[in-house]
Amino acid sequence: MSLTTAHSVVAPSSNAKLIAGTIIIAYALISIVPLLWIFATSFKTPPDSIAYPPKIVFQPSIEGYCNLFTTRTRQTPEYINALGPATGFCDETVRKRNMVIAGPSNFLPRFVNSLIIAFGSTFCAVFLGTLSAYGFSRFKVPLADDLLFFILSTRFMPPIAVAIPIYLMYRELGLSDTALGMILLYTAVNVSLAVWLLKGFIDEIPREYEEAAMIDGYTRLQAFWRTVLPQATTGIAATAIFCLIFAWNEYAFAALLTSGTAQTAPPFIPTIIGEGGQDWPAVAAGTTIFLVPILVFTILLRKQLLRGITFGAVRK
Amino acid sequence: MAEIRVQNLRKAFGAFVAVQDSNFVVEDGEFFVMLGPSGCGKTTTLRMIAGLELPTGGKILLGGEDVTMRRARERDIAFVFQLFALYPHMNVRKNIGFPLLAQGMPAAEIRQRVEETAKLLRIDHLLDKSVSGLAGGDRQRVALGRAIVRRPKCFLMDEPLGTLDTEFRDLMVHELRELHNRIHATTVYVTHDQMEAMSMADKIAVMNHGVIEQFGTPREIYDRPATMFVADFIGSPPMNFLKFGGGLAKGAKEIVVQGAKVAVPEVREDIAPADMALGIRPEHIRFDDGSKLRGAIYGTEYLGTTQIVAVETADGIIKARVPAGIHLSPGEQVGLALSSARLSLFDKGSGRAVRTAMHDQAAEARHG
Repeated sequence: MSLTTAHSVVAPSSNAKLIAGTIIIAYALISIVPLLWIFATSFKTPPDSIAYPPKIVFQPSIEGYCNLFTTRTRQTPEYINALGPATGFCDETVRKRNMVIAGPSNFLPRFVNSLIIAFGSTFCAVFLGTLSAYGFSRFKVPLADDLLFFILSTRFMPPIAVAIPIYLMYRELGLSDTALGMILLYTAVNVSLAVWLLKGFIDEIPREYEEAAMIDGYTRLQAFWRTVLPQATTGIAATAIFCLIFAWNEYAFAALLTSGTAQTAPPFIPTIIGEGGQDWPAVAAGTTIFLVPILVFTILLRKQLLRGITFGAVRK
Repeated sequence: MAEIRVQNLRKAFGAFVAVQDSNFVVEDGEFFVMLGPSGCGKTTTLRMIAGLELPTGGKILLGGEDVTMRRARERDIAFVFQLFALYPHMNVRKNIGFPLLAQGMPAAEIRQRVEETAKLLRIDHLLDKSVSGLAGGDRQRVALGRAIVRRPKCFLMDEPLGTLDTEFRDLMVHELRELHNRIHATTVYVTHDQMEAMSMADKIAVMNHGVIEQFGTPREIYDRPATMFVADFIGSPPMNFLKFGGGLAKGAKEIVVQGAKVAVPEVREDIAPADMALGIRPEHIRFDDGSKLRGAIYGTEYLGTTQIVAVETADGIIKARVPAGIHLSPGEQVGLALSSARLSLFDKGSGRAVRTAMHDQAAEARHG
């Protein structure tokens, strides 16, 4: 009898599993440490946040969050004592540092801007991308390959390379510092990705489905809506996440083209540092809140995303 | 229901001609099968009748109405796809009711029609199941249900049994034909499987390279193939060919093959000297030591009641279907006797069958 043990191609050995598991856990830890540090910092007091050696165990505080959402002015202790009793936890915390709350900060409107611009541009990019991808997938488009290459070529350079012409163009058109301008810009950047990703997904859907619907009395658009779209949801979800992540995190254009009413959260968060010292807990608090929407969106669509990463390999 | 008339139908994809000047009529209530190897243009023809492809030339009439350039949804036809195209995000009930929804039919009526249809196909117990969990045969029935629920002018089916297991296939062939006998729907059925075609069709069109080689009943196509392609494509094993030379004169009743005189049906046309072929179905060969046409046994395939015997002759191997009881050993010399009345003659150059007395009977049968 042979001494070699049966070696299965499908079932990994327990050693292999152990090694793979260790690598994955190590990688996950390394990835998550910065995020955990930001999360922890957002609950530190300003002195704790710059303590050396860094504090791992500390008394949690929501001072960072208070500072994030408010603007404060420094006052004399006499002035503060003359005020009435503190109206809330934030008020109380701030007064301990000889400050009073002057009003809400710009974080909330900037965060809302980010939501509007990121989700708006994602919707537009996915909407246009789905229709164009369907067109490229199903019709004989003249010069289809060249057009697809051209669409892709818009991603050959970093978007910021065209920042100056876009800046000048937007100023002329009155699109500077407007939500519409940012939505248009992010849509333009994302639509190429959306077309390419979605074309792959739609190519995978047999055209018999639409043909069956069209024979059964539906127009092409109805057939698309009722038979293609429901089957393309995986691809659409995956594409939407990729587009959203780009639009949500984009910093360079946002910093250049928005300064006031349409400013998004990424260029706003660093400005916190300038206001009254290096308020790291407030920055961390802003970053933590900033992570939430994308986290929720990704968790909601994670099933589709997981399947989507296989790029349409799984259809049913 | 309606008749389908196809006139000079032609389809070219660039320089490639997929369908060449097809002409045929499917009569009201007929089960018509387009049969041919893959790439012969049968599916393209079907898709043109459906309106999924527009023809390059010619006309399509449904029930006397010219629909050549109409959209698929304006033709009132139903199509069963090879992969069924059942919508995976809908259950069986919704799949079957989908065409009715397009017509804006009230929900209660849709429900009733869907249930009637499901009963007809014996799938009423599956109505609320998801289509993705269904077995092949049931998927096929749902696809049929979606086709018949609307009561269209005609049914078009593109190799609907192509993906089924052999076991299901035989069952569905039977079921399809039975369904046709009950509802008498004009049906155009595309397949490359001669067994399906022969067992279901009222009429068959055999296609090759975009050309209809022969149009006729299964019996006509089997007994009197119009071309060597048809003779070779239909029948298992296919027709045997033995070459012979020289011309044929009207009234000739005998030809010479490999030095042996063979009686054939009386020739009805004059043929200039050319390479010719004698076509013999395997079942029309008997072993007869008196025959001058000789060969050596090459091998046998035992099939139960019959056996297929390969015989090596001076002109290659020919196959005979003989009773299983005959014992033969390889290398044994045998004489071959042919059933004269059932032989076909072909012009090898064009592949066309020579008109003989066998075709008179056909003409009589058609007129009588």
